[in-house]
Amino acid sequence: MLYQDTVESEVLVHKPWFIAAVFAVVLAVFMLFNLTGTTFGEFMRPVIGDPEQSGLYGRFAIAFMIAVVFCVNVVFIAFAPLNVQVGIVWLELLLLFLAFFDSFNLSLPFISENLPYLITQGVVTTIYVSAVSLVFASLIAIIAAVAKLSSNGFAYAIASFYTSFFRGLPLLMQIYLIYLGLPQLGIIMDAVPSGILALSLCVGAYMTEIFRAGIQSIDRGQWEASRSMGFGFGLTMRRIILPQALPVIIPPMGNMFISMLKDSSLVSVLGVWELTFLARTIGQPTFHHMEMLITAAIIYWIMSACLEVAQSRLERHFARSKVR
Amino acid sequence: MSVNNLSQLNGLTGNTPLHAVSAYHAPVTSISESLGQMSAEKIIEATNVSKWYGSFRVLTEINLTVRKGERIVICGPSGSGKSTLIRCFNRLEAHQQGDIIVNGIRLHDKMRNVTDVRKNVGMVFQHFNLFPHMTVLMNCMAAPMWIKGVSEAEARKTAMRFLERVRIPEQANKYPAQLSGGQQQRVAIARSLCMEPAVMLFDEPTSALDPEMVSEVLETMTSLARDGMTMVCVTHEMGFARAVADRVIFMDSGKIVEEGAPNDFFTNPQHARTKLFLSQILSH
Repeated sequence: MLYQDTVESEVLVHKPWFIAAVFAVVLAVFMLFNLTGTTFGEFMRPVIGDPEQSGLYGRFAIAFMIAVVFCVNVVFIAFAPLNVQVGIVWLELLLLFLAFFDSFNLSLPFISENLPYLITQGVVTTIYVSAVSLVFASLIAIIAAVAKLSSNGFAYAIASFYTSFFRGLPLLMQIYLIYLGLPQLGIIMDAVPSGILALSLCVGAYMTEIFRAGIQSIDRGQWEASRSMGFGFGLTMRRIILPQALPVIIPPMGNMFISMLKDSSLVSVLGVWELTFLARTIGQPTFHHMEMLITAAIIYWIMSACLEVAQSRLERHFARSKVR
Repeated sequence: MSVNNLSQLNGLTGNTPLHAVSAYHAPVTSISESLGQMSAEKIIEATNVSKWYGSFRVLTEINLTVRKGERIVICGPSGSGKSTLIRCFNRLEAHQQGDIIVNGIRLHDKMRNVTDVRKNVGMVFQHFNLFPHMTVLMNCMAAPMWIKGVSEAEARKTAMRFLERVRIPEQANKYPAQLSGGQQQRVAIARSLCMEPAVMLFDEPTSALDPEMVSEVLETMTSLARDGMTMVCVTHEMGFARAVADRVIFMDSGKIVEEGAPNDFFTNPQHARTKLFLSQILSH
């Protein structure tokens, strides 16, 4: 809810002028396209006769029908309770997406043939790389955040140099630098550890700032109360400050985790057999690019959705001390 | 204290809100009793304490001794340094000159173990500063368990004892946000008491409260005083000061301007600044 008050405004999509405006816009947009040659044309055959011959009239009739259906749909949805509304709109958008993908004429047997391998090899590697990086990134971030808040010059300098450097370089560049640059120093790492190291360092730099903001958002009085009872720095941090900072940093952390999950696809340049790499290499030789890319896209989306659910669960869990 | 003096006092403070007076029908101790304590052990001893914020001098050569069982009220206009002074006593603030000795430990820059001081000095804040992510009970159990290393069962027993002492044991399993301001402040008092400190510091404990919640907190503090707790209170509750304090200290611009038994302080203030302050605070 945007406004935390109790004023109830009239439903926008039940205002005649708004519906009229929407109708006009939809009509105008679909008039721009010639849909007579598509299934829409076939569907309208009883009204407009042979779609091929119907000309401007056919175009108008098709656009008109689409606009009517669209407006009726919108008006009816607005009568439903909020969560039903959300559900219906989600479902409709999803169907539109599927229709869009379907229009590529994808080869479903090819997808179902390669899906198991894509999951057992690709998804597992992606999740492994992301999860390990996530743990390391969080550890780095918390140490760097504390260092950035400390009055120790060395700690502050090192931490701020670290965040500046790793936020300032493209992740792809960091991955190359670590994989190709470190061997020059005699440190040779495999592709997977290199990828994990690069991801951890990069995401850790962003998360440092999130942790720092979270820690700073806690009222000074909490520190004072804690210190006045004799708690040391570590105890105060662990038991008083971080538990309160956690709810504040969960939404931006959710963002970080989701973007890291997808950034793990950059590790494919090192030849790690994760989801994106497999989708590309399986699709290429058989010219089934779109099949594999769309499948991989949907798998990424499902994994992100799981993280979103986890995030909202966590937010609800931490909301408990805010009860009144 | 004679009946005559009491009536004089009531005459002077006739305009103070009822709640500030009603809880205390009689002073907690007589002056002679507190004179007898003069030889008691010193809990806080501040000698020539000065403190600067940058080039601004907040405290100027403060001398103050608090003996065991003494109850001291510090008052003064805002910005006079009274909160800063008591925050120096548990080293939430550092002083730059002079000596502060708390419970036999000298406070200084190089000290390694400030915890030894803090676990013997309870502090109650203006804005309560309870830990919002912990229940009331856990707020009270935390310090004994984590600092003193007391077992959980023992800590729970102590916590419940002091929650009963401040008369809210039934709220033990709620979160601070579910309590009223007065209740939260009483929990804060109980939380400090759980460490069984040698002295309690109160930093304007009633200033952030709704008027009708002030009395419940003041009553709690009065009953603490009755039990002989050593207390240093920064407060503007003059009714409380008159009834409970052994000594009232008036500060202005970082200096102690005047200091005396409440009786003398309220009936016969010596300095013009004190007179002005008292007339303003008592005549609203």
